Amino acid sequence: MVQRLRVRYAKRGRLRFTSHRDITRAVERAVRRADIPVAYSAGFSPHPKISYAGAAPTGVASEAEYLEIGVSRACDPLSLRAELDTSLPSGLDVLDVVEARSGSLADRLEGSMWEVRLPGVEPDAAAKAVEQFLSSERVEVERLTKKGIRRFDARGAVGSLTVGNDMGGAVGAPVMIDDLRTAGQELGPPCVILRMVVRHEIPAVRPDDVLMGLRLVAGFAPPSPPEVTRLAQGPLDAMTGEPTDPFEPDRA
Amino acid sequence: MSVESLFPRLEPLLPKVQKPIQYVGGELNSTVKDWDDATVRWALMYPDAYEVGLPNQGVQILYEILNELPGTLAERTYAVWPDMEALMRAAGVPQFTVDGHRPVRAFDVFGISFSTELGYTNLLTALDLAGIPLVAAARTDDDPLVLAGGHAAFNPEPIADFLDAAVLGDGEQIAIAISEVIREWKSEGSPGGRDEVLLRLAATGGVYVPKFYDVEYLPDGRIKRVVPNRAGVPTRVFKHTVMDLDEWPYPKKPLVPLAETVHERFSVEIFRGCTRGCRFCQAGMITRPVRERSITTIGDMVAAGLKESGFNEVGLLSLSSADHSEIGDIAKGLADRYEGGNVSLSLPSTRVDAFNIDLANEFSRNGRRSGLTFAPEGGSERMRKVINKMVTEEDLIRTVRTAYGQGWRQVKLYFMCGLPTEEDVDVLGIADLAKKVIKAGREETGSRDVRCTVSIGGFVPKPHTPFQWAAQCDHETVDRRLRQLRDALRSDKEFGRAIGFRYHDGKPSIVEGLLSRGDRRVGAVIRAVWEDGGRFDGWSEHFSYDRWMKAAADSGLDVDWYTTRERDEHEVLPWDHLDAGLDREWLWQDWQAAIGDEDEIEDCRWTPCYDCGVCPTMGTEIQIGPTGRKLLPLTVV
Repeated sequence: MVQRLRVRYAKRGRLRFTSHRDITRAVERAVRRADIPVAYSAGFSPHPKISYAGAAPTGVASEAEYLEIGVSRACDPLSLRAELDTSLPSGLDVLDVVEARSGSLADRLEGSMWEVRLPGVEPDAAAKAVEQFLSSERVEVERLTKKGIRRFDARGAVGSLTVGNDMGGAVGAPVMIDDLRTAGQELGPPCVILRMVVRHEIPAVRPDDVLMGLRLVAGFAPPSPPEVTRLAQGPLDAMTGEPTDPFEPDRA
Repeated sequence: MSVESLFPRLEPLLPKVQKPIQYVGGELNSTVKDWDDATVRWALMYPDAYEVGLPNQGVQILYEILNELPGTLAERTYAVWPDMEALMRAAGVPQFTVDGHRPVRAFDVFGISFSTELGYTNLLTALDLAGIPLVAAARTDDDPLVLAGGHAAFNPEPIADFLDAAVLGDGEQIAIAISEVIREWKSEGSPGGRDEVLLRLAATGGVYVPKFYDVEYLPDGRIKRVVPNRAGVPTRVFKHTVMDLDEWPYPKKPLVPLAETVHERFSVEIFRGCTRGCRFCQAGMITRPVRERSITTIGDMVAAGLKESGFNEVGLLSLSSADHSEIGDIAKGLADRYEGGNVSLSLPSTRVDAFNIDLANEFSRNGRRSGLTFAPEGGSERMRKVINKMVTEEDLIRTVRTAYGQGWRQVKLYFMCGLPTEEDVDVLGIADLAKKVIKAGREETGSRDVRCTVSIGGFVPKPHTPFQWAAQCDHETVDRRLRQLRDALRSDKEFGRAIGFRYHDGKPSIVEGLLSRGDRRVGAVIRAVWEDGGRFDGWSEHFSYDRWMKAAADSGLDVDWYTTRERDEHEVLPWDHLDAGLDREWLWQDWQAAIGDEDEIEDCRWTPCYDCGVCPTMGTEIQIGPTGRKLLPLTVV
C-alpha cells in the first residue's frame, strides 16, 4: 500500500435503503469496475483495503459518509473521485476525495448533524416536544439490538435540536440555513423538519432514538415514517458546536 | 395510456420491512424502457424471494433479450416476503416490478419461470396482489397473459387452471416469437380478445394453452386421454431448443444487485444439455442434446461480464461442467488470464475423477483449496447402477485421495435417499463410504485435519425421466433411513467427528412429488394451501407439511395415489401430450433396465446414439468441440 485516499460520499434517494453491508459490496465492485489499484490484505483470503467510518443506518440518507481506500499505486484524488463516482450506482455519489496525510479519520468524526423530515406533523406539537426534550436532563430510551433490548440516555449526546418547516422558516427556533437542504431530494408536501447535532458516543445515539425520546417525554408520534438525512459529520466546532470538515487536516 | 410508478406509494412501506433494498430496483445493468414506446410489455417473475430470484440465469437472459428487442420491454418482479405482503394489502399497493415499479397487471405478458414446483403458491400470491384473477377462465382482456416457463413447466398440469399458457424448453427464441405474435395481434386492434391471441400462440405448436385441452378420466381416476377441444390446436406441444449457443451469448450485462443474493458471481453457461443418462435427473433428460458454447465465446463472455459487473467470482455453469470437450483449456486459459488477480473461478457441477482435481487445482490457483464437491448420489454400487450414475467406490476413493493429497481439506458428498429398489443397507453404505474417504484422507496427508460432509435429500420422481413411472418412497421410510445413517455416522468413534451430516427430511419431498407428477386435480389443493396462508414452500421456516395434507384431504385427493403409487406402462401420464423429444418407449425400456439387471448406458457424446429419440424428433444434434482454439491473454489497456 503506497497511499490512502479518503472519500466522502452521499447515500441518496432510494439508495438510502441500502444496508452497510450492501454498500461495502457495491463499493468493492465499483472499485474493480473502475480499475482502481486497491491494495489487498495479505493472507489466506485477501480483502481489499477499504475501511468505513460511522455508517448511517439502513433507511437513512446521508450527505456525509466516509471511507478510506488503500491503493498499491499512487492515484490522483481528483481522477479517483470521478472514476469511482461513475462506477458507483447513481444515488451513491462521491463528493470529495483527499489523500490521507495523518491521523485517523474515524477519530475526527466527533459528531453528526442530522435532518429529520416529518411529513404531516403539526409544527406546534413538534416544537413543544423538542422543548420538553431539551429541558430534560436525561431521557431514557430503549432500542432492540442484536444483544436484546438496551436502555440508554438519548438526551446527553444531543448538542442541539431545532424545529423548522419545509420553507426553511423556523418555529420557535433559530432560522435554518436554506442551502443546507438535502441535495437530490424531491420536494414533498410541507412538513416539519427537525435538525439536530448529536455527539458520537457509546452507545451511539441515533435520530430514531431522539424521536423515541420525543415520544416518551411528550407523546409526540409522527403519523408517517420520518425521512432522515445525515448532513454532516466531523470534528465539532468549539464555538458553534456544529460538525466541521473532517478533511481539513489532510488538505494542507 | 401511460402507467405511473407505484414507488411513491411503496416508499412509505419500505422503512417497515426487512431488507427494503430488495424492492427498490436500480441494479447495475438494469433497464427501464419508456412505457409508451413499447407495444409488447413483459413482466418477468422468478417466484421466490429477490435474493434467490435475482441471480436466476433464465430471467436475466430473457430480460436482456426482450429489452434489446425494439418495441418490446421487460421488467422484473419477485415474490414479496410476508411482511411486505401484509403492508401492501393494507395500503392497497399491487404487485409491482422492481424496474419501473409498474403494476404487473398493466403488462401484456406475465411470465413466470419455475425452476421448482415449490414456487406455485408464490404464483398465486403474486396474481392476487396484482389484482389478476387466480383462475385463467375468469380473466378479461385487461389482464396479462399468464405464461409459465422453466423446468417445472414440463408438467404444468397442477397449475393449469392458473395459467393462460406454458412453454417448454429454451426461452430465447420462443420469447421473441411470442412477442411477435402479440405485436401483430395488437396492431390489428386485438381482434377476438385473449382467446384469439392464445389460439394464435397455440397454433404455432410451441405454446401450450391448457384451456384448449380437455382431460378425460377413467372411472378409477387415471387419465383416459387429453384432447384439444377446438380446431387449430395441435395434439402435442413440443419443447424449444436453441442451437448454437455462440449466437446467444447472454447474459452480456449481468445484473448486479445492491442487496445480498445467494449467488454473488458472474455465471456463464458453458453448455446446455447432458447425456450422461442419470435416470433420476429431469434436467438431463429434458435439455438434450448437449450443445457446447465454444471456448472463445466463453472467454469473451467472462471478460465482458467481469468488466460490466465488477464481480470477483466466475461460475462456469452446466449440468456437468467438467464434461465440456475443452474444459481443460478453458480452465487453464482463464486461470492464466486472472493469475495473481483477485478473481476466483468455480465449477459448480463436477464429476468424480482425477481429471476433475486437475481442474479444481487450476481454479484454485488464486485462492485457497477449501472444499470439493462430488455427487455419487447412490450409497451403494448397486444403487448407483440403478440410477445409471456409474461411479465405483474405487474411483471415488482414488479421487478423494488425490484431492486430499493436493491440499484440499474438505470433501462434500451428495446423495439421495428413497431411490427405486433402495433398501436400508444401500443408505447405510454411505456411512462406510464416508469413513473410507476420511481414512484415505488421513493416510494421504498424515494429518487428522481432513473433513467430509455427507449431504442427502429425498428422491422425487420427475416427469420425462425413466423414473416417471416409479413409486416415490414414503417419508416414514426416508426419515428412518436418514436416522439410521445419522446414527451410524455419529456413533463411530474413530471417524464420526470428521464427518458432517446434512439432510432434508422426507416430508417436503412428498409435497414436491405431488406437485411434480400431479394432474389438473392437484390445482385445487394448491389453491387451498395458498388460501390457508401457504407461501414460500421452498423455505423450511414457511413450509407446512400438515397444511398440504389437510388441504389434500379436504379436496378429497389421495396424496399416496399421486406419489407412492407405481404407474404401469400404458397409463396416460398427465404430461404425455407435452413433448420433450424423448421416445416414451425408450424411457420405459430404460426404467425396466434400471430395475432389471442390465448394463449401464454410456454417454452418447462419445459412444453411439442410444436412441432416446430427442435428436430425430426435435431436428437437433449434439454440438461439441473441440474447436482447437485457445484463450489468449487479455491485452492490458
